[in-house]
Amino acid sequence: MPAFWRGRRTGTLPGFRLTLGFTLVYLGIMVILPLAALVLKTSGLTWSEFWATIASPRALAAYKLSFGGAFLAAAINAVAGLLLSWILVRYQFLGRNFVDAIIDLPLALPTAVAGIALTAVYAPNGVVGALLDRHGIHVAFSYPGVVLAMVFVGLPFAVRSVQPVLMDLDPQIEEAAVVLGASRIRTFFRVILPVLTPSVITGFTLAFARAVGEYGSVVFISGNLPGQTEIVPLLIVTKLEQFQYPQATALAVVMLVGSLVTLLAVNLLQAWNRRWVSHGS
Amino acid sequence: MVREAAGILMPRTASPARSEPLPVRLALLGLGFLFLLLVVVLPLVAVFTQAFEKGIRAYLGALSQPETWAAIKLTLLTAVVAVPLNTVFGVTAAWTLTKYRFPGRSILLTLIDLPFTVSPVISGLIFVLLFGTRGIFGSWLDAHGYKIVFATPGIVLATIFVTFPFVAREILPALQAAGNASEEAALTLGAGGWRILFRVTLPKIKWALIYGVILCNARAMGEFGAVSVVSGHIRGVTNTVPLQVEILYNEYDFVGAFAVASLLTLLALVTLIIKKVVEHRQARLVEGRNR
Amino acid sequence: MKVRVERLTKQFGAQGLPAVMEATFDCADDGITTLLGPSGSGKTTILRIIAGLETADDGRVLVGDEDIIHTPARKRGFGFVFQNFALFDHMNVRENIAFGLRVRKATKADIQTRVDELLGLVQLEGFGDRYPTQLSGGQRQRVGFARALAPQPKLLLLDEPFGALDARVRAELREWLRRLHDATHLTTIMVTHDQEEALDLSDCLVVMDRGRIQQVGTPSEVYTSPATSFVASFVGSANVLRGQVQEGRAQVGATSLSLPGHVSEGAQVSAVVRPHDIRIARQPDERANSAEPHRAIGRIKRIVDLGTHMKLDLGLTTHELVTVHVSRKEFDSMALLQGESVLVDLDSARIFVDDYSV
Repeated sequence: MPAFWRGRRTGTLPGFRLTLGFTLVYLGIMVILPLAALVLKTSGLTWSEFWATIASPRALAAYKLSFGGAFLAAAINAVAGLLLSWILVRYQFLGRNFVDAIIDLPLALPTAVAGIALTAVYAPNGVVGALLDRHGIHVAFSYPGVVLAMVFVGLPFAVRSVQPVLMDLDPQIEEAAVVLGASRIRTFFRVILPVLTPSVITGFTLAFARAVGEYGSVVFISGNLPGQTEIVPLLIVTKLEQFQYPQATALAVVMLVGSLVTLLAVNLLQAWNRRWVSHGS
Repeated sequence: MVREAAGILMPRTASPARSEPLPVRLALLGLGFLFLLLVVVLPLVAVFTQAFEKGIRAYLGALSQPETWAAIKLTLLTAVVAVPLNTVFGVTAAWTLTKYRFPGRSILLTLIDLPFTVSPVISGLIFVLLFGTRGIFGSWLDAHGYKIVFATPGIVLATIFVTFPFVAREILPALQAAGNASEEAALTLGAGGWRILFRVTLPKIKWALIYGVILCNARAMGEFGAVSVVSGHIRGVTNTVPLQVEILYNEYDFVGAFAVASLLTLLALVTLIIKKVVEHRQARLVEGRNR
Repeated sequence: MKVRVERLTKQFGAQGLPAVMEATFDCADDGITTLLGPSGSGKTTILRIIAGLETADDGRVLVGDEDIIHTPARKRGFGFVFQNFALFDHMNVRENIAFGLRVRKATKADIQTRVDELLGLVQLEGFGDRYPTQLSGGQRQRVGFARALAPQPKLLLLDEPFGALDARVRAELREWLRRLHDATHLTTIMVTHDQEEALDLSDCLVVMDRGRIQQVGTPSEVYTSPATSFVASFVGSANVLRGQVQEGRAQVGATSLSLPGHVSEGAQVSAVVRPHDIRIARQPDERANSAEPHRAIGRIKRIVDLGTHMKLDLGLTTHELVTVHVSRKEFDSMALLQGESVLVDLDSARIFVDDYSV
């Protein structure tokens, strides 16, 4: 394929184009707000009660955990995704097929099973958990555990966003850089990485979106202490079980708006990157 | 010894100008392996070690509980309804998106991915808000004696909603890559829409379609968050396999929980194997076409 | 810059066919040397070995008097131009050209000056801020040249530089390359499968087939005195007729041709003759051909008017097809028509013994 066609690849999976941000705004308006408005109206919740729900210390702690944790997990996944794509595409090694297949496990495995399995390994009596506990690092039932579960669910997205773009990378641009005298490190950072950046960002976004709303995998390993290790989806479920529908809806709206804002921000980042750095499309 | 290591760990490109020095390669590989081990492999292994911790008899005993069977039956029922429906939807949507150009195409594309980006808990919440007792249609449903939420229909509906992107997402790239040439040829030969679909389009993408269905099935059987919200957790009646896992775990019946979990884990592993097979076949198909 | 390739050998894969076998040649000092051959002949492999992008199993590459075969690619200081441009799409033209200079840690001012100089050299002044995706194919390749030349390489290596361009642009750039070379006098090694390009540009021509060098010489030498039937038919158009040695002469179809030297009885030979070297004449009568054993009878199957000359496709009595080029004048004077039979003189054919060694 001639080099000039390669620039046209967006590196995104169809359906996850970052016009997602724009269309989510549209959907947000069309679906979420009427729903929220309806429920709030029919329940007769006053504005101050609404505000009290979504701005309660418990809720704030939950937002911080869900969004902050998802962000960190997505960042970890972005790097891990790049690393794993690299070794899968560039290296020949024993067990390559196994590695390629196992990366999709988080997609195929039910979230509840992932949750209890992660807990089993990282709890104080688990294989790794015991080892870490001795050094004072607690993974299960605290913040690192939540992030770990979020990393687990987001991994396939981070890898599969970068992998196809890396596979299609024109080998000749690397050769050109080498003949011009560039070291391997320079070639990687100045020639290869700029081409991969959009897909890494896409992988980050998908991993983030997945992690922020994740329930099953997180809820077992997190310990669920309100104000500390309680994620927003759990808080919503708790409100539902108490038949506090308006409050649950209010929290759901905040979550959706939060996701929307984040996705929009990343969308903008992607567009900025395309304009000023990659210029490949 | 280093030569052998280099042999197993060859860069896939032979060109010396495009590979890192061996120690770097080993380090990257090591990092990658370590990451996967800690995040994916150990939990996977843990399912089975925990399930068999008290021996095979305990394992089999856990599986033969009546509640477990009820859960399995419900899960199977859900899958049997959700997967075919989503397959039809997926094929239709993917066909629409790739064969025609129309305004709002990207909106449709995003709508398809909506369940993917929305938390499963929120998906479940929407159903409760719509069909629950205090929901929008709640009073009407109550009056007519229909129960959706906290009953099987609700579980099936929620599962359909949450898994409908899977088939579409898998076949979209395959359809796009395959192009329209064969369909146009069939058209000039006088074939009508249905014939084109079944005899020209679907055979072209059959491997992607197979994998999409398999994956959709795995997700449908394993869905937890949305179903948890909608089901009401009524043991023996509205418990799916994943919910049963949760109940057993919360009762500290770890062997039971992991035993039931192992069923779904096996399903997941089978799904992954099928994916590899599909990739292989699809690659060979493309290779043959390009020759 | 003296460049010599000595006994270069490379095999892909343990049991694969050798890509290059014992290739040895000297390049034209300060001139353009062309590696010419069909795809798979090994010419690109040799170029890439010289650049350091491939390793050789055996052999040396001498630049000046130094064997550089073990020097890593990035330290060789050669310029390389790729068939598909291989420009850095995320950098603009200036940045692409400056890349090699930045590696050498040149100062900003020096980089600016040099890039301007090169933009002028490749006639792309004003294009500095554009991106590769905004340029035409020909412009992109000129950026490729500028980028390769910027760090003042000792040697310029071109891998089918015009292969990805359409015919008109190819011809323009061929001209442009000749002028560029006249201005820079940089030793250049070029790979191509286009023999017209090779004949046009080269000071030294290396013809390759299936991994082996068939002939090294000036274009003129290679054209007029081809060393093998392959070279004769690959460089310039040629008719190739098969035959056998009988009674000390080459029996090719209905003709008997003299042999260049001693060839064993029964050996398989090829007679190669260029279309414009075949003499045709009207047949006086059906008999009296024993005195002229190098003549055969051919029936005119097709006449094509190529403007500068006429092309005739003839079918010999032994069912071989031969193409003949005849000047308009000669054609008109003979007043030939399709379907007529003529005498075909194959005297000027070169006889090559068929070599079946692999």
